Amino acid sequence: MRVNTMSVRSNVISQLEQVAKEQNKRLAPLTDELVLLNSGLDSLCLAIIVARLEDVLGIDPFSAAEDADFPVTVGDFIRFYEDAAK
Amino acid sequence: MPQNDRGSLWNAVRAAEHLSDRFLWGAHASISLGDLARGTSLGGRVEELRGRSVLVATGDQLTAALALVELDGIARRLVLCPPDVPSEHVPFVIATAAVDALVCDRATPEATARSVGSVVACSPRIVATDSERSGRLETEWILLTSGTTGLPKLVVHTLASLAGAIKGRGPQASAPVWSTFYDIRRYGGLQILLRALLGGGSLVLSSAQESTGDFLIRAGAHGVSHISGTPSHWRRALMSPSAHSIAPHYVRLSGEIADQAIVDRLLTSYPEARTAHAFASTEAGVAFEVGDGLAGFPASLLVQRDADVEMKVEDGSLRIRSARTATRYLGSQDGTIADRDGFVDTGDMVELRGDRYHFVGRRGGIINVGGLKIHPEEVEAVINCHPNVRMSLVRTRKNPITGALVVADVVLKAEADPANGRAAEVESEILQLCREALPRHKVPAAISFVPTLAVAPTGKVIRRNA
Repeated sequence: MRVNTMSVRSNVISQLEQVAKEQNKRLAPLTDELVLLNSGLDSLCLAIIVARLEDVLGIDPFSAAEDADFPVTVGDFIRFYEDAAK
Repeated sequence: MPQNDRGSLWNAVRAAEHLSDRFLWGAHASISLGDLARGTSLGGRVEELRGRSVLVATGDQLTAALALVELDGIARRLVLCPPDVPSEHVPFVIATAAVDALVCDRATPEATARSVGSVVACSPRIVATDSERSGRLETEWILLTSGTTGLPKLVVHTLASLAGAIKGRGPQASAPVWSTFYDIRRYGGLQILLRALLGGGSLVLSSAQESTGDFLIRAGAHGVSHISGTPSHWRRALMSPSAHSIAPHYVRLSGEIADQAIVDRLLTSYPEARTAHAFASTEAGVAFEVGDGLAGFPASLLVQRDADVEMKVEDGSLRIRSARTATRYLGSQDGTIADRDGFVDTGDMVELRGDRYHFVGRRGGIINVGGLKIHPEEVEAVINCHPNVRMSLVRTRKNPITGALVVADVVLKAEADPANGRAAEVESEILQLCREALPRHKVPAAISFVPTLAVAPTGKVIRRNA
């Protein structure tokens, strides 16, 4: 499935913001360098984000990429999805 | 090793050498076992707890560990109350376990501390005492698990059943430093506490108030050699920049299905470690450990002779018979856990693929979100309170972060058919109801409106197993 990288990035960011709001989590200002675990999102938030992104983008890079390291920063997380969408 | 050979937990701990070199490290305080040999964490009031049914309701894990070490053999019952038990369930636990004394610390919720007349404070400040810690009772250890109605189930173990899978340390091995992401009031965490205490090691306790990264740094600073957690704990740890603050020799997964992806990632991240996934449950005890780097378990485990644990698969679920299973449930009319032949049905459904069994989910649709079990009925009961809902089915959706998420299929009454434009409104009202009545992990991550649900002749919604 092909999705242009801009739309992947904006989709990911919008889900991060949306789920943080729904879960009453204070989201740290999003930068590519921000460590995901310091973003204010806990595992349940990340789980919901990954599920929503699978619905929106049709990909789940966590289950797909055996060799890639788990993303540590927000930038890694976005690239994780951009690479999987290529 | 049967408990009779060991006596109480303290007797077993005391029998080892070098107690002063062994520690329980908490997030805020630590204790050497040598200090515990000369003093007490209970302010000299141990005798007041002799023969009592004691609720251990400390906020802190270190004080809970100290109380357990001191009171096994002395208390009639030790009821382990994890800090996330909702306060409205505490009176039920107290009544069901006939609790008549409580051990608390400064972090115990005030309502809990007031709920029992006899209260003894536990503190990491050890008070010197001359009195012998002599206990001969076979203390019942009560662990809480989630029940269908939302109220916890009280599962009865003894030190012997809990420690059945723990082998003593070989003479040549160096003292292990254990750690676990689990809370030690949960079965998976309690196993690690007992491994550290009975296996000649030390333990780094986690803390709910501490970030994953800070915990990993602290565990690394203490030289953790053996560390355990659920696949969800490990996925989170591997997303931390501090994942390489630890360099363990042994990495253990338990409490959830370990899929090949998480096993592979741990093998890559900690190439020096032996990585194993264990099967254990509060009711069935520790059954086996798989260390070959593959998900699932070899079918040959089912036909092992002379094993401590016998296993079979019946009606698709794994059944276990061993001296490590729990004795019974407290407070239910039929408190038996094992069947007439002594097998405990784990409710975990397995499928044979080639020469390996793989876990495919739970009977009864029980959902495991990051190690927390959810009975679909309790969520459905909340959804069904919405006036426009005819019926609902709560089920699992596979997830690579928490293993699973809760999702719901909802059938609306005709007058509120999604076609007439109220669907979005009803969806947010249902979610609001759920958020008010349920902890976060039980609130559906998605709601789908469906025209019908399959209903069995018994009138019950048909659940798929996985």
